Amino acid sequence: MTIVPSIQRRGVSLLPTSIRSKPGLAVAIAFLVLIVVVAASASFLPYDAYRQDLLHRNSPPSWNHILGTDELGRDMLARLAIGARVSLVVAVTSTVAAVLIGIAVGAIAGYKRGWIDSVCMRFVDSMYAFPDTLFAILIAGVVKGQLSQSSTDFFSPITALYKMSGGLFGVFLTLSFTSWLVCARIVRAEVIILRSAEYVAAARLAGASDLFVMRRHILPNCLPVIIVAATFVVPSAILLEAGLSFLGVGVDPPTPSWGAMIASGVRSMQSYPHLLITPAIAVGLTLLSINVVGDALREHFDPSFRRGGEAS
Amino acid sequence: MSELLKQIGETTNNAGARLGDTILEARDLHVIFGTGVRAVDGINLKIYRGETLGVVGESGCGKSTLGRTLCMLEAPTGGSVALNGLPISDMKGSSLREARKSLQMVFQDPYSSLDPRQRAGEIIGEPLLLAGVDKKQRQSRVNELLDLVSIGASGYAKFPREFSGGQRQRIGIARSLAANPEIIICDEPVSALDVSVQAQIVNLLVSLQRKLNLTYVFISHDLAVVRQMADRVAVMYLGRIVELADADKIFAAPRHPYTAALLSAVPRMPTSSAKRKPISLPGDPPSPMHLPPGCRFQARCWLRQKLGSPDVCSAVDPMLSGTGDHQAACHFQEHVDAQRGAQNA
Ligand SMILES: Nc1ncnc2c1ncn2[C@@H]1O[C@H](COP(=O)(O)OP(=O)(O)OP(=O)(O)O)[C@@H](O)[C@H]1O
Ligand code: SF4
Ligand SMILES: [Mg+2]
Repeated sequence: MTIVPSIQRRGVSLLPTSIRSKPGLAVAIAFLVLIVVVAASASFLPYDAYRQDLLHRNSPPSWNHILGTDELGRDMLARLAIGARVSLVVAVTSTVAAVLIGIAVGAIAGYKRGWIDSVCMRFVDSMYAFPDTLFAILIAGVVKGQLSQSSTDFFSPITALYKMSGGLFGVFLTLSFTSWLVCARIVRAEVIILRSAEYVAAARLAGASDLFVMRRHILPNCLPVIIVAATFVVPSAILLEAGLSFLGVGVDPPTPSWGAMIASGVRSMQSYPHLLITPAIAVGLTLLSINVVGDALREHFDPSFRRGGEAS
Repeated sequence: MSELLKQIGETTNNAGARLGDTILEARDLHVIFGTGVRAVDGINLKIYRGETLGVVGESGCGKSTLGRTLCMLEAPTGGSVALNGLPISDMKGSSLREARKSLQMVFQDPYSSLDPRQRAGEIIGEPLLLAGVDKKQRQSRVNELLDLVSIGASGYAKFPREFSGGQRQRIGIARSLAANPEIIICDEPVSALDVSVQAQIVNLLVSLQRKLNLTYVFISHDLAVVRQMADRVAVMYLGRIVELADADKIFAAPRHPYTAALLSAVPRMPTSSAKRKPISLPGDPPSPMHLPPGCRFQARCWLRQKLGSPDVCSAVDPMLSGTGDHQAACHFQEHVDAQRGAQNA
């Protein structure tokens, strides 16, 4: 019973205390900040990510090009920075979209139960049956096929958006469509628990409508699990984006993305290993950092603590 | 426990049923869950204005389900509930919300009954907010209620976690009073609390009842508390009421063997006659999904054993019968009181 207050009071001062006791977390946060700063300042770097310099192709790291150049003589640091921007923007926006879809579906299914719940969850389950990546490739292929054709029907604004974003929009759609499943499940499970809380019964007795109960009691109390869900979705979105671009169904060239860079790095892996190692390390460290931060957030918000406290 | 009894005893006395008109009535109420559990299995009950009806019984016998169904938090699968003559079990949506305004509940769990993200003031003011009371009036009314339950206005901005279990229960009580109800269903309001705190909450409920002219349905598995609170007592067994009587009658001379067994298990219960050996209740109640034909208590019934297992017990399901103020669902109810003294020979 005493767990409830301690967990919730920690909410205010979460990060400072946990960081002090966990150096790994501090490093992870510092790395993510660095990535964000680099991504944000990509335009101010001395080299343009798209400028080719065919005289200096595949050159190893040097003072001129700190991370070397790629097979078209483009500066790797500049490309990595733009790639970070692409990866992060796509991952974050598609996570937001996925979480919103997940909340909507999970909350309705968990609150209404009955046939609505069955239909929603059958659908989610059948989507789950696909391997994540395969499913993403499938959608990405379809999306790309649809959107890259010049169409004149009502898809045309979407097509325009797709082209303008260099394929980013397609990746965004793909990621949102695949990632909301986790979130829907997590939110539904929590809503099912919360709707039987006695304070919900009290609100209903006092004349509250479903909407009122949802807005005032259920969704605010779902916030911790929603954050937990997001900590799962962000890294998997980054990974999926890299995978899609690697396979050529993601971002269109010449837009750099970490996945696309890894793909072209693999091709010349033997002779010019730095082309592969640099983006691979960037992806690896970013995922690691996000997972470390995600773990800390999960530990902080873990619903099982809270539930254990309430159940007593 | 004896201390509790003493403390409560000073503030209450069983004045007998102060019978007013019927405020809440259940007719042939059934609740069968999807799992097949018959949690409420044919209950007829009238609750009179101004009284306290105690509902007792073992864990799982359906007390909470009965309480939740009486206020339509759980939809009955059969039968009806009428509040002040209005059939609330036939209503839905906004008309139901309107009709049951005078019905409130106080819950058992002082942790899950208050939203952890809201301040005491918001929690207590919620029914007022829902009733469309404006902010200023709401605040003054909430402060009034905080005083009424002895929390004081200083509790207004605190979160539930900052209160003790007893204080949380006071806040739950204040919330139930906000919309001026006539009848409050208390589902084990003190069983999650320390014994010393239990007495305070019971006293609060009793004094509120006097002040505000409330009717209570008081659900509990603690016979000592029920004895002090209740004017009438309903004993539940496996979804049925097996005995229903004025409190003093039921405690003095039970007419159902199950009640007799429950009473004998209460330590130091001041009984009217000489000490009796506790009556044991062998085994668990049968599964509420597969009831035997005949009396649902037969497998554990000491009286049936004593009478040499008469056929009628396993053939005919006994209905509540007896005089108006003392009814029991037992074919041999007139033998219970006489036989329980000579129990466990
Ligand atoms: N929502 C539900 N779905 C299925 N079965 C339920 C549900 N709620 C209660 N039950 C079952 O109905 C029966 C009666 O439960 P109820 O909670 O009403 O008993 P109770 O007398 O209040 O017990 P306790 O003293 O433990 O609170 C139990 O067998 C329980 O398992
Ligand atoms: S009817 Fe028979 S089995 Fe049932 S309670 Fe009475 S004596 Fe016991
Ligand atoms: Mg109960």
